[in-house]
Amino acid sequence: MPKARAQAPIHLVQALDVLSEVRENAVVVTSMGSAREWVRRFDPHPFDFVHVPSSMGQTPAIGLGIALAQPARRVITCVGDGSLLMNLGCLATIAAAKPENFVLIVFDNGAYEVTGGQPTPVAGGALQFDFAMTARAAGFVEVESLDNLADWRDQASQLIHLPGPVCLVLRVQANPSAGPVDRLPPAGERARAFAAALQGDDAPRHPPDSSQSPEPGT
Amino acid sequence: MWTPAEIRTHLVDMGVTHVTGVPDSTFGPWFDELRTSSEIRLVPVCREGEAWGVAAGLHLGGAIPLVLIQCTGLFESGDALRNMLYDLGLPLYAIIGYRNYLNRAAASDSTLRFTEPILQAWAIDYVLIESPDQIGRLKDHHRNSRRDAVPGVALVAEGRG
Repeated sequence: MPKARAQAPIHLVQALDVLSEVRENAVVVTSMGSAREWVRRFDPHPFDFVHVPSSMGQTPAIGLGIALAQPARRVITCVGDGSLLMNLGCLATIAAAKPENFVLIVFDNGAYEVTGGQPTPVAGGALQFDFAMTARAAGFVEVESLDNLADWRDQASQLIHLPGPVCLVLRVQANPSAGPVDRLPPAGERARAFAAALQGDDAPRHPPDSSQSPEPGT
Repeated sequence: MWTPAEIRTHLVDMGVTHVTGVPDSTFGPWFDELRTSSEIRLVPVCREGEAWGVAAGLHLGGAIPLVLIQCTGLFESGDALRNMLYDLGLPLYAIIGYRNYLNRAAASDSTLRFTEPILQAWAIDYVLIESPDQIGRLKDHHRNSRRDAVPGVALVAEGRG
């Protein structure tokens, strides 16, 4: 059995409260635990995309697509560590695409919270997987790791507006008794409403990027 | 199949703004062409399942994405494809390379056994493109997919023929 990790001082809901205060008119994409708390705590915003039900690990890819299609908007994508581990390659994909308007927030609680708090394969024990180091090595432009609420409160507004891609790793407490996501309208309906809100605005969309690197990437 | 310059022209004609996927032996030169295109943005991904998520986000943001993967990548894509096409209900379109289809008389490639049954299992409307002169068929299928807001796949034959 892996050893339990030390209790992290940030509660997920407190971290999300801060994000809600500083997001301004940014797109916020949530999934799994962050989706559960986001819909419980906040009134719906037209630029919220709650990725529920999800394909675990695919939420950052959705956020990347939105960011590329809507380059004038800031796109903040929230993902848990368990989800990110399912698709770590997305860090390289995002870094290669170089979306300046993209922010990835990793809520690292070391556990599969939704299924009862089982540790992820890399939580506890001697190995402490470093998501921030991984994002930095993948090529994210700005990477920050935070493990207390005061720092997050102080820095959140600045960090989410840095030229990206940005990766913020927040150590949060697991809360396996939080339960599932509350009942929501059908995902298709919510997706269509979100798309209409995004596309109904005057924001420039999907211009061709002439600055693409000519060297092969894959 | 089509030359890199031809496929770029065809995709521009179809209104595609972004191509996302993973190259195979047939599509590799197409990726090289698209990488330098001023009309279409190429978004390479590390694994094919990701391409459906990227395409979903692009679609939600108002772009016209195309997923470009080999049939082996279709096999890998299952849960992502299910979520984007059926949970979120997004009418995404893909060109999928049908590995060794043109060598099917001699090939023992198991992809030949599973590719079409898997597309049928996912209830995706697809069209088989066996030669370059069937480009009109592909364009019609893509146009109808967009008109009806339903997912679609063009299964493009690969191999030496």
